[in-house]
Amino acid sequence: MLIVACIKQVPDTTQVKIDPITNTLVREGIPFIMNPYDTHALEAALQLKDRFGCRVAVLSMGPPNAEATLRKALSAGVDRAILLSDRCFGGADTLATSKVLASAIQRLNDTVEPVGLVICGKQTIDGDTAQVGPGIAVRLGYQQLTLVDKVEELDLATRRLVVSRKLEGRHERVAAPLPAMLTVVREINRPRYPTVPMRLAAATAQVEVWNNEILKLDTGTVGLKGSPTWVSKIFSPERDKGELLGDGINDPSGAVQLLMDKLLEKDLLPL
Amino acid sequence: MTPTPSIFAPIFIAATALFLWSCWKRLSLTALGRTDNRLHDIGQRIGDTLAYAFAQRRVLAKPSGLIHLAIFWCFLVLMVANAEFLLHGLFPAISFSSLPDGLFGPVLQIIDAVSLITLAAVTAAAIRRAVAPPYPEARTFEAFFILMLIAVLMLASFGVNAAKISAMPPTTQQIARELLPISGWFVPYIPVEQSKLIHDLSWWVHALVLLLFMNLLPLSKHFHIITAIPNIFLRRLEQPALPEKEQFTAGNRFGIDRADAYTWKELLDAFSCTECGRCQNDCPAHATGKPLNPRQVIHNLKLNLLKNGSSLKQGNAPLQPLIGEGAGSISEEAIWACTTCGACLESCPVFIEQMPKLIPLRRHLVEMESKFPEELLNLFENMEGRSNPWGIAPSERGKWATLLGERPFEAGTTEYLFYVGCAGSFDSRAKQVTLALAQLLDKANVSWGILGKDELCCGDSLRRLGNEFVFDKLATQNVALFKEQGVKKVIVQCPHCLTTLKNDYRQYGIKLEVIHHSQLLLHLVQDGRLTLPRQAKELGSLLYHDSCYLGRHNGIYDEPREALALAVGTAPKEMERNRENGFCCGAGGGRMWMEEFTGERINLVRVKEALQQQPDTVCTACPYCLTMFEDGLKDLRQDEQVRVKDIAEVLAEAVLRPPPPA
Repeated sequence: MLIVACIKQVPDTTQVKIDPITNTLVREGIPFIMNPYDTHALEAALQLKDRFGCRVAVLSMGPPNAEATLRKALSAGVDRAILLSDRCFGGADTLATSKVLASAIQRLNDTVEPVGLVICGKQTIDGDTAQVGPGIAVRLGYQQLTLVDKVEELDLATRRLVVSRKLEGRHERVAAPLPAMLTVVREINRPRYPTVPMRLAAATAQVEVWNNEILKLDTGTVGLKGSPTWVSKIFSPERDKGELLGDGINDPSGAVQLLMDKLLEKDLLPL
Repeated sequence: MTPTPSIFAPIFIAATALFLWSCWKRLSLTALGRTDNRLHDIGQRIGDTLAYAFAQRRVLAKPSGLIHLAIFWCFLVLMVANAEFLLHGLFPAISFSSLPDGLFGPVLQIIDAVSLITLAAVTAAAIRRAVAPPYPEARTFEAFFILMLIAVLMLASFGVNAAKISAMPPTTQQIARELLPISGWFVPYIPVEQSKLIHDLSWWVHALVLLLFMNLLPLSKHFHIITAIPNIFLRRLEQPALPEKEQFTAGNRFGIDRADAYTWKELLDAFSCTECGRCQNDCPAHATGKPLNPRQVIHNLKLNLLKNGSSLKQGNAPLQPLIGEGAGSISEEAIWACTTCGACLESCPVFIEQMPKLIPLRRHLVEMESKFPEELLNLFENMEGRSNPWGIAPSERGKWATLLGERPFEAGTTEYLFYVGCAGSFDSRAKQVTLALAQLLDKANVSWGILGKDELCCGDSLRRLGNEFVFDKLATQNVALFKEQGVKKVIVQCPHCLTTLKNDYRQYGIKLEVIHHSQLLLHLVQDGRLTLPRQAKELGSLLYHDSCYLGRHNGIYDEPREALALAVGTAPKEMERNRENGFCCGAGGGRMWMEEFTGERINLVRVKEALQQQPDTVCTACPYCLTMFEDGLKDLRQDEQVRVKDIAEVLAEAVLRPPPPA
């Protein structure tokens, strides 16, 4: 049985700025990371590999530089890393993205090994939609188990799985037949730290690239063309500029006095 | 049984062969280790050997060392006497009596006196070990047995001499008693008719005990009698001890998980340990109840070698793991407990390197097995992803300087790079130190600049924690940046940055002139570039705490003290353990980022020691020490009474605050 983990390369959002004129993310000089939730999806897949000996493939749709993130997955111990990259996949919304991912999973299922589980992070930190995982499940007709914080049972013989879902204020225990798509929350595990030999091996390992010549999707249904959702504007919420009170370096007590006066004036001190 | 060569020679040959075989069996194990050139700088090595082996400089650091010094020198003299004794037993023609008259008398007198001193010294050593042992477990049978054997040797030698004198005619007896006055004390107790019997008996006791003693050496901690002097001669001369650089190519193994991966000299250390316990008594981890004991680390390495020796020699896998539980293994908990403070290195009389043996074990755990305390996962990821321990955005690094205006380091123009470090850039308390220092530098018209967001963490914690892979990345990038910017002189406010940039980075092909702010500030005051219009009396009595990486690792003890003395007019108070004997704050070696679950907290022990001196202000020279002291004072609810200031802040009080109105 093959387990597929879907991961995404995202900009490190603590370091992201938005260009006020174009309303787009300023990507220059911003480091990319593996979407933090996806690191847990990857770990969940690897733990099942450790327990049941399943093979793990990792998929990512993105530009060619997303290869770096797939190498990270290789250093963690996945068997196969595939980058889904084609110009016509660009500008995709969650619908178009899930189509490409689902098509790649189907291809793995048909040509390599039957897929039993697809594991995704619960959402990405750049888009925050949490729609791609469910989208994949729908398109493939897999059972959909979101917000999983524990895989309680997995029976490969009966092809059945029991998971715990972390909901607001309660947990839900759900059983489902395979194949299934899980999205996982941070609490599910602690991602492993790759060993140096694994990192070195991953640095030279093969990251396969599947473009649309391989997936053969109708170009009208993928990428920008296949995306009914359009981002009309991205903006940072306006924030009032602060005010520098006094000279904190040479006259700290004066500066504190000014601050106290200001706080009292605005009635912000709980007196 | 008259001592005749025909009986003695076979016994002697068998005993010597056994002794040599035992020595070979152990010493040949050191050949399993990797190569390491320890024969350079012979002149310095000879000097060190004279100072530390023959003058016993480190042994004498404690009063009880005097007993050891006496035994050591007596041994050297008695080696001559025993050589004569053994040779005489084999070849009766060889004897001191064939020496010229002018030499014969003094030689006998010296040996006689030295035998008495030895007897007194071993008695004192036994009493000391019984009454006030260096550590409780030191009262071993072996220790007392060896001391007893030495005492028996002395008494037997007196017996041999006294019996000889007793058998002499009265006139010769008088001369003999002048030559051997101590042995002479025993003569009246020996009936003339039994002198032959007592002589022979004493002779055989002396001979057999000597051979037994010799054979016990390699089997016990007393092997140090043979290995300690070479171990001092072969000591590591480079200070501080730097971990080896690793080559990150596929197929290599990283770190150490078996004894034969150490160098031969590191394995010789295992056979040179005297089990004196100085390292364990000075170790902050051991002193606060952690499972790390530097003496046991070395002892377990020895046991591991002995257990695995024959297997390793045949090229097989070790039978006993080096990292693990039980005798002959070093536990993971012990490996992670080390603060790398270097106290063990400073205290060992024979220059065994305990702490540097632990770093490669950490490397193995991190790099090969990905096994480490879970608190470190975030640290490692933050360091790799954002180049600081907290994972704060790198763009925030230069923000502290906003109040002073942009201060970029400009290649070719700026004299000093102010390498601010992670704490100085991100930690709100340490940022106050950074600001104080920056203002002082401006006041003194020092040409300085920062790298801002391009500065990366120096990687100190990573390297001490064994994450050499990520350290290597950061060091490579930092060094490339320094070279590109033409950085030559660097100011640091953190001793960890200091040691890493100054020492570790030499392995990356850059030799920087790195100056700690306490040194620079002192020089600026001494050169008149900083004037002190007033003394910072409001800080009350100061107490200085030595940072391990400033002090022990880099030998900077005086400048911080002198700078403080100038700022307040009097020398700072000292803690009981200071300078080379300073006690760690608990944050070195990456322990800053780890929980301390076992035993007492190291920083609390140190803070309590500080409070004994009743200071108003504890002065530190390291952002880690600053944090550990402030936390400790808060825990003890003393933070209202005692404050903690960095040296830069103390000087800033004196230099920058306007003088109070007259």
